[in-house]
Amino acid sequence: MSVLVYAELTEGQTKKSTLEAVYYGAQIAQKRGTDCVAVAIGPADEGVLQGLGAYGASKVLHASGEAFAQFQSRTYAKAIADAASQAGADIVVLSHNSSGKALAGRVAIRLDAGLASGVSGMPSGEGALTVRKPVFSGKAFAEVEVLGDKKVLSLNPNSFQPQAGEGSAAVEAFNPDAAPADAEVLKRETLSGDVVPLPEAELVVSGGRGLKGPENWGIVEELAQALGATTACSRPVADTGWRPHHEHVGQTGVAIKPNLYIAIGISGAIQHLAGVNQSKTIVVINKDPEAPFFKAADYGVVGDAFDVVPRLTEAVKRQQQS
Amino acid sequence: MKILVCVSKVPDTTTKIAFTDNNTKFNEAGVQFIANPYDEWYALVRAVELKEQLGGEVCVINVGPAANEQVIRKCLAIGADKAIRVDAEPSDALFVAKQIAAQASGYDMILLGKETIDYNGSVLGGMLAELLDLPYVSLSSKLEMDGTSATITRDIEGGKEVLKVSTPFVASAQKGMAEARIPNMRGIMQARSKPLEVVAAVDAQPGSKVQSYALPEAKGDVKLIDPEQMDELVRLLHEEAKVI
Ligand SMILES: Cc1cc2nc3c(=O)[nH]c(=O)nc-3n(C[C@H](O)[C@H](O)[C@H](O)COP(=O)(O)OP(=O)(O)OC[C@H]3O[C@@H](n4cnc5c(N)ncnc54)[C@H](O)[C@@H]3O)c2cc1C
Ligand SMILES: Nc1ncnc2c1ncn2[C@@H]1O[C@H](COP(=O)(O)O)[C@@H](O)[C@H]1O
Repeated sequence: MSVLVYAELTEGQTKKSTLEAVYYGAQIAQKRGTDCVAVAIGPADEGVLQGLGAYGASKVLHASGEAFAQFQSRTYAKAIADAASQAGADIVVLSHNSSGKALAGRVAIRLDAGLASGVSGMPSGEGALTVRKPVFSGKAFAEVEVLGDKKVLSLNPNSFQPQAGEGSAAVEAFNPDAAPADAEVLKRETLSGDVVPLPEAELVVSGGRGLKGPENWGIVEELAQALGATTACSRPVADTGWRPHHEHVGQTGVAIKPNLYIAIGISGAIQHLAGVNQSKTIVVINKDPEAPFFKAADYGVVGDAFDVVPRLTEAVKRQQQS
Repeated sequence: MKILVCVSKVPDTTTKIAFTDNNTKFNEAGVQFIANPYDEWYALVRAVELKEQLGGEVCVINVGPAANEQVIRKCLAIGADKAIRVDAEPSDALFVAKQIAAQASGYDMILLGKETIDYNGSVLGGMLAELLDLPYVSLSSKLEMDGTSATITRDIEGGKEVLKVSTPFVASAQKGMAEARIPNMRGIMQARSKPLEVVAAVDAQPGSKVQSYALPEAKGDVKLIDPEQMDELVRLLHEEAKVI
């Protein structure tokens, strides 16, 4: 019984979330003494697919026909389930990113499999597989046993650092019958070039109501630019239109898990913390020493953001030059 | 337009999370329960708006015990016309999806929230769509109807997509879809007499089971850095935390 990983392609390339999923699947396969097979859907160069071998895939099934040119949850889910049958897989791994959220439930139904979504740890157990995932919006963890003969796991982005080794995967053409598409795509917009989307960002600089108004976001953006970080904000900031909605992090916004989260002028309400408390390191800049966010922070600076942030930006630039 | 809205009951967002029975059960003592914000604020309100605009009917469905009726009544007060409660413990997403699928025929649209804020699954919509063999539009932030087709904006990795999809379909809703509504007195009065049908569960097995819970390790004390010493903060982030 092998492990099948859905290796998502974005404009023919594999992103970090894809490599994380492949690496995770390969680690599970290794623990179970079996192979990790990947399925890639959509157009891609053979070299990109062979490259998954470095992350542990022994083989890549590649569905590249006309019907697979564009993401469609029904079509892709059937192809993934068919690949699992072809590869004789009893475990299927996807990334718990936007497309994974559209696919995982469908794949589980197709395979009549148990499912744990948004997992963050290696599964334990042999037959009965148990895996950790954050619950209550990051306020706790659960050890979830996945039931059934077949199992689907979706991996939280940024939970595993994929490590490239040696090896190249064998690429095999895969032509399952295509299930009908869900919808007609009218338009597709991706964020401008080099900005890493929030759920995947390793570094995030976030601003709250303490910044007083949208005209003051320059200092946030300059710090983010110096670090190569993505910008985020608290909910009232997005609700009042100071910043776009997709930047809103927290319990009712995007949940993130960066290596570094810098919170500027954010009080640290429980609903805000719920979306950011999985961050590895938290820096809080707030002029109020009693702000609740300091209790959740690793490093704190009590001071006025309008003085502190530009100074921090300069310090970052100095460090980069040294 | 007949719209089915799936609503889950969750602990209020300010709840301090704790567990009992040797960390195998969520401690409900003193916990205030609410309708899952994504379900109420976005899926339900958008459904009610569409009904007001185009006519039709909005039905709310919940899989859960009788205690959930307080949350269901609130949805009726916001503007749903009727409700179904499937009388069962919602043991996991697979179980709940099968219960809802058994009640979901005859609707033009099935709306859900993007995820529940307690178990954060974000998978039920895909399960439901597959069980019913319908299109699924996940993470929708805008939904406009034009006859029998909908134009929906949704999140994709690193961007947005605008789709045209024909009814019937399943969509999960998030921020942007609608503005939360506070029920008014008239709505609350009317809600009392709106039909709430209780149906028995169909036979189904869960696909997962929580074995135990744990709270995250408490953070150590925050290290305070003098606002004049930003080079020191950068050094710590580089050498100690190793994040830049
Ligand atoms: C159901 C529900 C869901 C919610 N979901 C979310 C969510 O997902 N995400 C979210 O963020 N919120 C959410 N909230 C809102 C949350 O409760 C808080 O109201 C919100 O996070 C506060 O935003 P803030 O910290 O930017 O503003 P405030 O609470 O107003 O804090 C501003 C902070 O800035 C500091 N400050 C002021 N001036 C300066 C200065 N010059 N320099 C430095 N610091 C300064 C102040 O000391 C203060 O701590 C939710 C609320 C509810 C009820
Ligand atoms: N017990 C339930 N009854 C009705 N709807 C539910 C239930 N649980 C979840 N849902 C719906 O499914 C959505 C996604 O749930 P999940 O996939 O579990 O995160 C929620 O936002 C609700 O709209």
